[in-house]
Amino acid sequence: MKEDDNSHAYWKATIGLLTKILIVWFVVSFGAGILFADLLNNIKLGGYPLGFWFAHQGSIYIFIVLIFYYAKKMNDIDRQFDVHED
Amino acid sequence: MDLQTTIYIYVGLSFALYIGIAIWARAGSTSEFYAAGGSVHPVMNGMATAADWMSAASFISMAGLISNMGYGGGLFLMGWTGGYVLLAMLLAPYLRKFGKFTVPQFIGDRFYSKSASTVAVVCLLTASITYIIGQMTGVGVAFSRFLGVSSEVGIYVGMAIVFAYAVFGGMKGITYTQVAQYIVLILAYTIPAVFISLQLTGNPVPQLGLGSSLVGQDISLLAKLDQVVTDLGFGQYTTSLPGSTLNMFMYTLSLMIGTAGLPHVIMRFFTVPSVKDARSSAGWALVFIAILYTTAPAVAAMAKTNLIRTVTPGVVMQNTNVFDKDVAIKYDERPDWMKRWEKTGLLKFEDKNGDGRIQYYNDASKNADFQKRAADAGWKGNELSVNADIIVLANPEIALLPNWVIALVAAGGLAAALSTAAGLLMAISSAVSHDLVKGIFAPNISEKGELMAGKISMAVAIVISGWLGLNPPGFAAGTVALAFGIAASSLFPAIMMGIFSKKMNKEGAIAGMLSGLFVTLFYVFAHKGLFFVKGTEYLGLIGGPNSFFGITPEAFGAVGAMVNFAVAFLVDKVTKEPPEHIQAMVEAVRIPRGSRAVDGAH
Repeated sequence: MKEDDNSHAYWKATIGLLTKILIVWFVVSFGAGILFADLLNNIKLGGYPLGFWFAHQGSIYIFIVLIFYYAKKMNDIDRQFDVHED
Repeated sequence: MDLQTTIYIYVGLSFALYIGIAIWARAGSTSEFYAAGGSVHPVMNGMATAADWMSAASFISMAGLISNMGYGGGLFLMGWTGGYVLLAMLLAPYLRKFGKFTVPQFIGDRFYSKSASTVAVVCLLTASITYIIGQMTGVGVAFSRFLGVSSEVGIYVGMAIVFAYAVFGGMKGITYTQVAQYIVLILAYTIPAVFISLQLTGNPVPQLGLGSSLVGQDISLLAKLDQVVTDLGFGQYTTSLPGSTLNMFMYTLSLMIGTAGLPHVIMRFFTVPSVKDARSSAGWALVFIAILYTTAPAVAAMAKTNLIRTVTPGVVMQNTNVFDKDVAIKYDERPDWMKRWEKTGLLKFEDKNGDGRIQYYNDASKNADFQKRAADAGWKGNELSVNADIIVLANPEIALLPNWVIALVAAGGLAAALSTAAGLLMAISSAVSHDLVKGIFAPNISEKGELMAGKISMAVAIVISGWLGLNPPGFAAGTVALAFGIAASSLFPAIMMGIFSKKMNKEGAIAGMLSGLFVTLFYVFAHKGLFFVKGTEYLGLIGGPNSFFGITPEAFGAVGAMVNFAVAFLVDKVTKEPPEHIQAMVEAVRIPRGSRAVDGAH
């Protein structure tokens, strides 16, 4: 069942990528923006306390980067396992 | 030209623009009319999605709430953007591959059961109607200011216009109209922010201005704001929490997974040309959303600063002590914008200590030292109440910007509220007419009959939500947050398990959706009244407000989602696994190859 092996490997690679991205997603918003915000507020980014910056600005910028990174990596994985469209 | 005329002209011109584009696009080919996004560039599609997404809650209400909440308001910012990461990675590409039009359709097919799809329709309707109540609140605010009437009358006018707008239909399907709405909305939001940022910090980019020093001072705007609001008895701006860290965590999580579970957002990804595009178009949508969302915190902090500057001149720019005699302005000398907003009933002054001046401070402060100083200064309670939902619309007036900027903001607020309300009504009408009436009750209904059922359901939805909007369960953004909690606890887990668990069966999914929805509604209704009807709250039954670990009803969706997952897995374990062909279908959905244009159109 070669076909099955390939699709298993593809799904494994996909889940691997998702896990990596979700870790970053969690760390910048729930981590830096909420759980460790007080700690980070001791550091200043210009006039911004850093924890406040992550909650009000930084996490949003990083979310955008994450989606485009995901889209690019996922296309690579599609090609690697030969399951891309047309 | 006076302000009111300018507003009429701007709002009139923007409406003419949308209708003009609708007519122009209609004159083109019919296939273009229906294939929303099919031949549209991903960037354009991103703008249209952004317009669809950013509603009265984002445009009118959010910055005002952040203005009051300070740091804690970040939960809206992170929650309503972080969900796009989940949507792009966990749902959009797979739903696109699946190739159906509506969320109940996916759930019905994946869980091989009409009951599952009916339950999904119920969840969808509950979430969408709650969402529209929030929109109606926002529409009421916008129209009350725009027409100079009370906010109740504003809601009635809004109901009529939203109805005409949604039934006139077509419009919604035309991506270019939404592109135009996005442009109006984003200009209306950013232009005043640029002016105000320049005034206060000398930096024209609001995102940078918020982190800069005040003009002529070497203290940063945020540090100064922290100091001034603390002087007035409020919590420190950059650290004040909404209840607790746990509540902020759950609230943010709830908004994020709710974003990924809201039917009218998901629907946009069914019609992109390919799986590949489904992935990146979420990214483009977020780029355009982020322009507003990163500006909002600047608007919030600067509006707070300007409000304090207006009421107690000198306190921000010249270090005047807030307790000094005669610092607060005289009511008779209040600026015109206050008079204009007083008419709507959303801004109120009550001279509690009879000195003819406006004392604006936090009279509920728990700081004994502050309370004593306030009493010594002869303050007898806060005298100015400013409804959070007016902050954004009033912002350019507070900063004394030119009339055309104020008019532009009015046009933008209406664009935001109308485009989203219309989008939601479309989702409701397709769920009722397509998934419920045609799918279950009357499979042989004619196309005309289906259309009729759709329109009737829209009208009913508007009347219900308008009526509930008169006594809203909270500010526009807070009410919308409840809708996200409902979507988070019911639809998101079911869709996600449908894709990521091959073995999840119909019994598990149905039990999960029902328990998630029930738990969440039970907690929300305890606070806000049965079906949001005032006076039917039953807080005693759950042991007082926020009794579940201090979690507010708006944040409870995350708990509901966990219940949903847990119940689904338990039930799944003790019932038989899904048939072979369903498991094969899940395998196929996971792989991009073989995607085709959406069929089963309606």
